[in-house]
Amino acid sequence: MSEQLEPLKKKEISVNDVAFTQMETGDSVGLIGHLKGFWIPFSKMFKKTLTVEYPEVKAPTQERFHGRHQLNRHPDGLEKCIGCELCAWACPADAIYVEGANNTQDNQMSPGERYGKVYQINYLRCVFCGLCIEACPTRALTMTNEYELADDSRAKLIFEKEDLLAPLRQGMLMPPHPMYPGMDDSNYYKGDVKESHPSQDVK
Amino acid sequence: MTTEVVDMITVVIDGFEVSVPKGTLVIRAAEQLGIQIPRFCDHPLLDPVGACRQCLVDIEINGRAFPKPQASCTIPVEPGMIVKTQLTSPVADKAQKGVMELLLINHPLDCPVCDKGGECPLQNQAMSNGQGESRFEGTKRTFQKPVNISSQVLLDRERCVLCARCTRFSLQIASDPFITLNERGALQQVGIYENQPFESYFSGNAVQICPVGALTGASYRFRARPFDLVSTPSACEHCASGCDMRTDVRRGKTLRRLAGDDSTVNEEWNCDKGRWAFKYVTAVDRLTSPLVRNANGELVSASWPEALAVAAKGLKASKAAVIVGGRATYEDAYGYSKFARVALGTNDIDFRSRLSSEEEREFLAAHVVGSTTTYLDIDRADHVLLVGFEPEEESPIVFLRLNKQVRKRALKVTAIATKLSIGVEKLKGEFVKTAPGQESAAIAAQSLTAKSVILVGERAAESAGSLSAVAALAASTGAKIAWIPRRAGERGALEAGAIGNLLPGGRPVSDAAARVDIAAVWGTDSLPANLGKSISEIISATNSGEIGALLVGGVDPLDCDNSQAFLAALDRAFVVSLEIAPSYVTQRADVVLPVAAITEKSGSFLNWEGRARSFDAAVSDSLNRSDLRILSMIAEEIGASVNLATVTSAIKEIASLGKWEGARAAFTHVSAQAAPALNADQFVLTSWRRLLDMGTLQAGEENLAGTARKTVTVISPSRAQALGVSDGDLLKISTSLGSVTLNALVEDIHDDAIWAPRNSRGSQLLINLGVAHGAVVTVVKA
Repeated sequence: MSEQLEPLKKKEISVNDVAFTQMETGDSVGLIGHLKGFWIPFSKMFKKTLTVEYPEVKAPTQERFHGRHQLNRHPDGLEKCIGCELCAWACPADAIYVEGANNTQDNQMSPGERYGKVYQINYLRCVFCGLCIEACPTRALTMTNEYELADDSRAKLIFEKEDLLAPLRQGMLMPPHPMYPGMDDSNYYKGDVKESHPSQDVK
Repeated sequence: MTTEVVDMITVVIDGFEVSVPKGTLVIRAAEQLGIQIPRFCDHPLLDPVGACRQCLVDIEINGRAFPKPQASCTIPVEPGMIVKTQLTSPVADKAQKGVMELLLINHPLDCPVCDKGGECPLQNQAMSNGQGESRFEGTKRTFQKPVNISSQVLLDRERCVLCARCTRFSLQIASDPFITLNERGALQQVGIYENQPFESYFSGNAVQICPVGALTGASYRFRARPFDLVSTPSACEHCASGCDMRTDVRRGKTLRRLAGDDSTVNEEWNCDKGRWAFKYVTAVDRLTSPLVRNANGELVSASWPEALAVAAKGLKASKAAVIVGGRATYEDAYGYSKFARVALGTNDIDFRSRLSSEEEREFLAAHVVGSTTTYLDIDRADHVLLVGFEPEEESPIVFLRLNKQVRKRALKVTAIATKLSIGVEKLKGEFVKTAPGQESAAIAAQSLTAKSVILVGERAAESAGSLSAVAALAASTGAKIAWIPRRAGERGALEAGAIGNLLPGGRPVSDAAARVDIAAVWGTDSLPANLGKSISEIISATNSGEIGALLVGGVDPLDCDNSQAFLAALDRAFVVSLEIAPSYVTQRADVVLPVAAITEKSGSFLNWEGRARSFDAAVSDSLNRSDLRILSMIAEEIGASVNLATVTSAIKEIASLGKWEGARAAFTHVSAQAAPALNADQFVLTSWRRLLDMGTLQAGEENLAGTARKTVTVISPSRAQALGVSDGDLLKISTSLGSVTLNALVEDIHDDAIWAPRNSRGSQLLINLGVAHGAVVTVVKA
């Protein structure tokens, strides 16, 4: 084995040893040659263009494009994130920071015992690989198609939980509020909760 | 126990031969070969139980095979044994996978919300020795989750695999059987007694050894994952037991501490105070910049050069003394010791910011400094005598060690005390009842041998004559003496010479050769030769105007019995205070210099054995300086050279000093004071501090405080009857300074004595009464 594993010898090549090749400069192309060349752009003027006037016009991305993340909600508005940090664990770029906390009776943010108190994604680090959304056990973290992620300071590119949370849709209530009456966290995961219940509106 | 001849037995495991001592369990023999058999219930320090069945292996002895796989954690090796683990036996492998599948049937698999996720033996072994798929399609058994079994421990019964580690620990190691397995079959569960929560001083160990997330700590609940944490080996700063610890830090904040594994000291255990009382570093308003008192008498923040200049000027202006608390590290205490001699030119330094006596100071110099009694001596003792020492409350790991020996070989323990304590009851100790202050006669009456050990607490100093009696008893019987202070830094401070009668390394101040020794290393011409003042002498000399400046580091004046005089002295003198947070001292100080807390610096403590327990900074990016560094800077301003900028330089210098081989300081015997005559409503007060109380280092830990023992006052049956008091009645204890009113508990205590916790909620004796031990108090039914 050892004979076969001899290290490669470094090639010693100095600038002087490099061979230069003279460029061939032929005769003039002539008028026909010029016309041929101009014909190509001229002919393209009457064809449909592929480019768009960004930002006035925004082309839709592919459906499964990896854009900005979103923290989803259950149909009654409770957060799906349980602060388990599996996304942070999966992240190859160390772009996610999570702190979990205890749901209490007065402060129920998600079904069950635990919710994500602090949730930050650093878009200066994120490589949009999607391993985080694969790791998420509650489907709390998904990716949107939003790609406009540029700003003028580093701090603005660390997205907080408020920046990432999905908006409240029809039938959702802003947490904290209690779980749907008669349901526990496993019902939420099974999809038994379809909308909020009037008793959940504690405000 | 001299060197025993150990029978070695050779067995074959997975085709490899290994020789192990007789009685070794198969699972442990396999470890010797690096073969990991999966397990949950097995723990090297607990008795085997074979509860989880995860460690099944195929065993054959002299050609006869067991018909079924056997639990390798319960079977000791035998000659001719051939063991096949999951690595070589498909039967064992299938059996283990089957057990794993059964264990997971009722496990909720809620790893994402479980604190154990990421460091869970069940997760890891399900991956390594499970089969990935479950054939179970029914509904899992559910329980209410989580249940608070104490304010600091949460129980999730769904996750439990019934390994009985927690219940065995509580019964076998801590002797606190407050937790047990109830019910049978699928409903079997860990439970507590209805009326008695899991209030053990050692409950945190049950959390640490739980192989699943069934027991979790309230303070670490949902705080982090293992990959978030930066772990640093550290030492416990709470008592003189000297536990090895691990500190886990996330973003510059300590999130949890775990017991480290040091078989010679704490084995794998620690107490709840060491485990959970760490928030004081961040809970209190830390001092961030130096403060200097201005012309209007207000403390205002100042720059370091300005503060150091004012401090140096003030300390130089008049005769100065040093008071350093028992919480300083060995190196810091050495810094104070050197600073006092070199920069202030005085031996007036004392680390005993508590009740102390001159008898104690002489005893420490004659019998304690350089002492080599260790935990091993407790293991080998034929009889242990406790004097002024309550192991469970004052040095919990010493208690665990005593308890281990009591359980293993019925070690005889005798406690000379005023009151029978829970700890001594658990140790099945003989309780020698004495009146407060009259301990010396009882000590003298003890018969010990050369194999006995006398464990002397710092409270022995509170009864005149106790330490003299101990010294005499040790001299006449050859028994070993071990002095076990409550605070972590006291032994180190003693060895560092932060006391008026000793120089570093136990060199008596009175010995000219010793002074020359030290002066040579310190590069000074000479050292002060007169005996330094003790803390109470420093306080009275300050009040009389003899001492004009004080350097105070990490001291709470209310820990001393003459606290009013101490506060007056602080008001009167020019005070330089080195502190982490505002205190009674900083309020009265002229210069306040903020110092690093334990987690922010490196250093070491000497535990009661004199064993160095060194630690590194757990929070590496702190800008706070250690006491040592600041003392060097003040010395430079004064124009003296202490030159101990780093811990390393202090360690080097201490090593170069070496040990003192000369004669020890003399010890003058003191006799006990006569018992006072008491009226019907008069008692002699006796007290000690409980492990969990109002201590400064327990600030901000509500969960921990929740398991503190109830504050009661203890009175003897006959006196209770005379006063017409029964359990639960209120008793008012008063002195000329003030009073406390507590619930009475009628228990075994000397008729002359009344006991109350020294620093618990509602019973801060030194503040409320101004006395703590040996003083006559008036007790009336409230």
